[in-house]
Amino acid sequence: MKYSVFSLLSEAIRGGTGWTPAWREPEPKSQYDIVIVGGGGHGLATAYYLAKEHGLKNIAVVEKGHIGSGNVGRNTTIIRSNYLLPANTPFYEWSLKLWEGLEQDFNFNAMVSQRGVLNLYHSDSQRDAYVRRGNAMRLNGVDAELIDADGVREIAPMLDFHNARFPIEGGLLQRRGGTVRHDAVAWGYARGADQRGVDILQHTEVKGFMIENGRVFGVETSRGPIKAKKVGLACAGNSSRVAAMAGLQLPIESHVLQAFVSEGVKPLIDGVITFGAGHFYVSQSDKGGLVYGGDIDGYNSYAQRGNLYTIEDVHEAAMALCPSFGRLRMVRHWGGIMDMSMDGSPIIDKTPLEGLYLNCGWCYGGFKATPASGWCFAHTIARDQPHTLNAGFRLDRFATGHLIDEKGAGAQANLH
Amino acid sequence: MTASNTATVNGQPFRQSRGGHLERSRPLSFTFDGKNYSGFGGDTLASALMANGVKLLARSFKYHRPHGLLSAGSEEPNALVELRTDARREPNTRATTVELFEGLVATSQNRWPSLEFDVMAVNGLAAPLLGAGFYYKTFMWPAAFWEKLYEPLIRRAAGLGRAANAGDPDRYEKAFAHCDVLIIGSGPAGLMSALAVARRGARVILAEEDFALGGRLLCERQEINGQPAADWVHSIESELAALPNVTIMRRTTVFGVYDGGTYGALQRVNDHVASVPEHQPRQRAWRIIAKRSILAAGAIERPLVFGNNDRPGVMLAGAARTYLNRFAAMPGQKVVIFTAGDDGWRTARDAAAAGLHVEAIVDRRPDVAPDVTASSGSEARVILGGRIMNVSASHGVRGVGILDRNGQRTTISCDAVFMSGGWSPTVNLTCHLGGKPQWNEAIAAFVPGAKPAQMIVAGAANGTFALGQCLRAGAESGGAVASDLGLAGGPIECPKADDEPVAVTPLWYVKESTGLAFVDFQNDVTAKDVGLAAREGYRSVELLKRYTTLGMATDQGKTANVNGLAMLAASRNLDIAAVGTTVYRPPFVPVAIGALAGHHRGKDFRPTRRTPAHDWAVEQCGVMRESGAWLRAGWFPKGDEDWLAATSREVEATRNGVGVCDVSTLGKIDIQGSDAATFLDRVYCNTFSTLPVGRARYGLMLREDGMVMDDGTTSRLGQEHFLMTTTTANAGPVMQHLEFCHQCLWPDLDVQMVSVSEQWAQFSIAGPRAQNVVSRLVDRQHDVSLSAFAYLGAREVSLAGGCPARLFRISYSGELAYELAVPARYGDAAARAIMMAGEAFSITPYGTEALSVMRIEKGHVAGNELNGTTTARDLGLARMMSTKKDYIGRVMAGRPAFLAEDRWDLVGIKPVDRTARIRAGAHFIGIGEKPATERDRGYVTSVAYSPTVGHWIGLGLLNAGRKAIGSRMRAVDLLRDSDIEVEICDPVFVDPKGVRLHG
Amino acid sequence: MRIPCPYCGDRSNDEFNVLGDADALMNRPSDPSLSAFDVYLHARANPAGHHRELWYHHGGCRRWLVVTRDTTSHAVLDVALASKFQGQP
Repeated sequence: MKYSVFSLLSEAIRGGTGWTPAWREPEPKSQYDIVIVGGGGHGLATAYYLAKEHGLKNIAVVEKGHIGSGNVGRNTTIIRSNYLLPANTPFYEWSLKLWEGLEQDFNFNAMVSQRGVLNLYHSDSQRDAYVRRGNAMRLNGVDAELIDADGVREIAPMLDFHNARFPIEGGLLQRRGGTVRHDAVAWGYARGADQRGVDILQHTEVKGFMIENGRVFGVETSRGPIKAKKVGLACAGNSSRVAAMAGLQLPIESHVLQAFVSEGVKPLIDGVITFGAGHFYVSQSDKGGLVYGGDIDGYNSYAQRGNLYTIEDVHEAAMALCPSFGRLRMVRHWGGIMDMSMDGSPIIDKTPLEGLYLNCGWCYGGFKATPASGWCFAHTIARDQPHTLNAGFRLDRFATGHLIDEKGAGAQANLH
Repeated sequence: MTASNTATVNGQPFRQSRGGHLERSRPLSFTFDGKNYSGFGGDTLASALMANGVKLLARSFKYHRPHGLLSAGSEEPNALVELRTDARREPNTRATTVELFEGLVATSQNRWPSLEFDVMAVNGLAAPLLGAGFYYKTFMWPAAFWEKLYEPLIRRAAGLGRAANAGDPDRYEKAFAHCDVLIIGSGPAGLMSALAVARRGARVILAEEDFALGGRLLCERQEINGQPAADWVHSIESELAALPNVTIMRRTTVFGVYDGGTYGALQRVNDHVASVPEHQPRQRAWRIIAKRSILAAGAIERPLVFGNNDRPGVMLAGAARTYLNRFAAMPGQKVVIFTAGDDGWRTARDAAAAGLHVEAIVDRRPDVAPDVTASSGSEARVILGGRIMNVSASHGVRGVGILDRNGQRTTISCDAVFMSGGWSPTVNLTCHLGGKPQWNEAIAAFVPGAKPAQMIVAGAANGTFALGQCLRAGAESGGAVASDLGLAGGPIECPKADDEPVAVTPLWYVKESTGLAFVDFQNDVTAKDVGLAAREGYRSVELLKRYTTLGMATDQGKTANVNGLAMLAASRNLDIAAVGTTVYRPPFVPVAIGALAGHHRGKDFRPTRRTPAHDWAVEQCGVMRESGAWLRAGWFPKGDEDWLAATSREVEATRNGVGVCDVSTLGKIDIQGSDAATFLDRVYCNTFSTLPVGRARYGLMLREDGMVMDDGTTSRLGQEHFLMTTTTANAGPVMQHLEFCHQCLWPDLDVQMVSVSEQWAQFSIAGPRAQNVVSRLVDRQHDVSLSAFAYLGAREVSLAGGCPARLFRISYSGELAYELAVPARYGDAAARAIMMAGEAFSITPYGTEALSVMRIEKGHVAGNELNGTTTARDLGLARMMSTKKDYIGRVMAGRPAFLAEDRWDLVGIKPVDRTARIRAGAHFIGIGEKPATERDRGYVTSVAYSPTVGHWIGLGLLNAGRKAIGSRMRAVDLLRDSDIEVEICDPVFVDPKGVRLHG
Repeated sequence: MRIPCPYCGDRSNDEFNVLGDADALMNRPSDPSLSAFDVYLHARANPAGHHRELWYHHGGCRRWLVVTRDTTSHAVLDVALASKFQGQP
């Protein structure tokens, strides 16, 4: 059913008895044209765009848990396109453009909120790096502004401008950046895909691949074998484990990134602020909680939780940036498992196995990429070749040297 | 006791005249919403407000419904207040956990204009429209209205309290503690287990969230060994306190379990006093490392879900006992009890004993054991198999509508309702490492499942509710842990106590409810919302939570979750066990951000590194600036010079005379061993084994991926002894890398290395007169003439008649230059000695800005060029890559993309209009081309105003740049509206043949 | 997390830096081919379970350790000096 003011009003009168399931819970068919492995944001978006943009009907998404149970449900909800390298910038800008029209497109309010993303700098060399980045954005038609310390003070007067160990000298601002209600993205795509005939198979775990002569023709699942002409993997966090079932070893390590939320308070900060002198970024949700995080813990992990060293490091940076946070309380912290790739950038590509497509390596930038990732992966699967937007996200770029290394950290996954 | 019903104690109308664990000799005054009240030592803010008859304490999140107290502990979802004021304002503070102190100021929150009359309560009327997830279905048209209209309204309405209005003025600390056994909770199980391990000599930490030990024993009218339970608590406390191996930490909440037996704990050191004493922290965050832990955290009572169950005056039955028995406060006068188990009957008994009128006991069970019904000790009307459908109330309870088992409806007037839905063991800490609790049908509760290694659970936290059992469980757990730790001794004697009846038959939802029936009180999640979520497909507990916000409030669903998931299970016709719980995450209770930061804030956020000659630089009027963790002089202004004037003067003085710069921050690594030279050949792309003793060489180090990692000079001080220098930023990473190469790749090499960065202060003495200065500086026996000590020489010398020093003839500025190193303790003296030796030549101190200008003039690369994405070839240093040996990075530097024709090269740039200023970060765009990504040819890495050539110059990375030398491009800085035509040139602007450095 | 360092004893993970998969990183190819080095630098087994990995005790003895750890539980199963695995990955 279509969501609107009218449906809300009429259901209010009827006591809400007429609301129908947002998606079906179908039985698996024995065969689909395309099976997407992973019912998170990227997998559901891929199915949605396969149906919507490429007119494909016979699609299933298989998910070992419930939809949105991975990183789309445990991130810090930030969207932005403030990337430096030409292989990234157009892709993330396309993603931001899709975000901007997403809710009307899939008739679900995901609270896409462009309240701005401000990256602070604290030294001349940081400023120079942000200028380079901001200019790369502007060359691509992306909005970017350089502001000085007074400009920062106007946006965020509560920051430490008086006694900071690393004084705030200014910032790079992308006003079109912001936040999105993360769970709702999974739900909106799921509902949209379902309405277009996609079977969303929850609690269906992939146990293996059907492979013959270098060609994938289906998946073995906890609910039986499912044949497919094409199989797409969109299971970041677990990419290595799933790809290993198809005999592939990926340039990826799984790492835990922690995130935090505080008790709800009245509006304190408007947009997203990142601290340039420590590992910290923060925004405030519509519900009032500060949503914040920092660096990955640094060790391989599949455990969706981290340790106190990183927790304290994040809170130290929080207090260094904004001393009036001191008496607010952190109410919950959690961890998500990141596909950390060897250059910090993702992979959306075909694989050496015919019929098997790969979407992985999002590091901790996957959420903002969700629409474009689904859009490009759908294109790559449907047309059997990458779109120009994801042409750089190749699996073989590590061998050829066509790296997409925004940080310059090199082939060490936990430094990206 | 009935007399106290009408008597007013110390101005507190709802205080019993005796009883409770209060310090009645210590009256305390406080304010709530500006009104003055009084309480006693030993009160919480909640109990004191109750004693004063204040029932309305807060407003709910969405519908702004009037709320009073639900509980008496840290699980409280309702009674949140702003505590203290201004910079110390703490929003969302649970009144139930605030220890009363003299002068306490609390304010209600999330209401306008007042707590009694809150305009936003109108939301409640629109509840049918504002059900679970309504916002996902609307506010979409027109799209631009979200940020402009809808969201600002929502944001203003959301949130609860207000954050402090200035930086937190209080201090925080962090500390580590180590013990054999950490015991969490000091109720009957916790105390007995503490006793059992402590008597056997284990190092014990007993952590108690409350300010008093005892847990529920302080709240119940129970006896142990024939004496009041609280007296027994005091005797155990005395024994434990006297043991040297026991640390009792009151006001300390263990909030999280982490890996390796690490527990996070928050100690509220000074939250119970009006102001933090000098030199003390407000709170202290502990990391407790324990070999074993015993979780004895008790249990949390569940509300019952019926119409208007959130009204002020409706509270948990166990909490009512706490207020009656511990605080001698009266939660009502005419009360109705609604229970699903035996526990409610105890409240009836205690309420009657305190002189309250128990109007009715409504037990959802048709059959209740006779000893239970007999125990109530009251004349109350008993309604077995009944249920409360509705509470009539405005700001306080006026009565209840009851449905009996025959379908008869009755109304009973009352001013309080005590409800008991059964108890949920506090399993939270057992789940923080991934354990999932298990449903135990017999006690209708989740009990610990897989636990963290080395943790055992005792007492109510383990689903053992009766007192006698708790004591025994504590003694047994403690004994088992002591034995496991290999400690001598045997079991301890268990005191005698009755096992009270604890049977329960859960009732998840009164489906005949009229009015909104709340599951999550703070977030206004109703029974209907749970049903709607299930109907719409949000059928996993996690989706239910996220769609309805059930359990997402500041209490994280401590009282709400089990009811909610049981209702979800019922709607899906599943067992509760099959539905499971959401993930229990740390912290167990909210933790102040300031506490987890400790003293790492302001100037102490990170350590400040100062060079040995820091004070000298400050005396020279150096402008000290952050350079990573270091403070370095950026420039030394004279008079009213700005940075550019000062820097230019310093450059000119150096190039025309002599300058001195503190370069102590460079990384220095001492490398020795018979294979030291072989080792260096492998880690540098150029060769060091051919370097003669007494000579220095510029070295280029690659990462294994072929990118440049670092550069610097390395000197051979002896046949098997080298001194490597690294850039300031990479001192740590290079050290780690070298240790990796040695220990992990080539442990067979005989080489040892140690960082000596902090052992040596180092100064660059540069300029045409540098030799004059150096010759005056070093002791006479060292011949440092230009011929005897040529370019790239490295030798040991002495200063001031014997001070050891090292002298290197190396140059970053391109001038005749030396670097002089002295042991760090002589750094300050050396700086002054250099100034004296140079006085005759007008030696000029120069800072990092002049250093940078001169290196750009010479085309030397630095951090802006060594950014991890440049190869030696990119930087014009391909000639340094040996073809005769293997070294780190050799193979991967040959990847096809790195050899591509159009890959970027380091170039120099000059503005065509020599007066124009170039900016770093500008991108290269061809003349006449429209700036766009596909026409982006590279960018400007570093710029400087060169006083030597008289205009701005820069370095940049330009695609196919070497071929473009001599041509023109534009440096386009769209961010700063600058578009400047530049000449592409060789990156060396000054003395390209390198004549000057030979003197 | 706690790492029992063979030199320094049981220490908090604050004191260590992690590099990655020991089985990969300690096997620097003798074959100077791009493909061998591509695998060496980039391909990772990334197991969910036991993982031998390199930790550097920067806040202590500066030894590189091979820590065997379960990536699903974070349990530390074994710690040894990296240098003792000379020639045997």
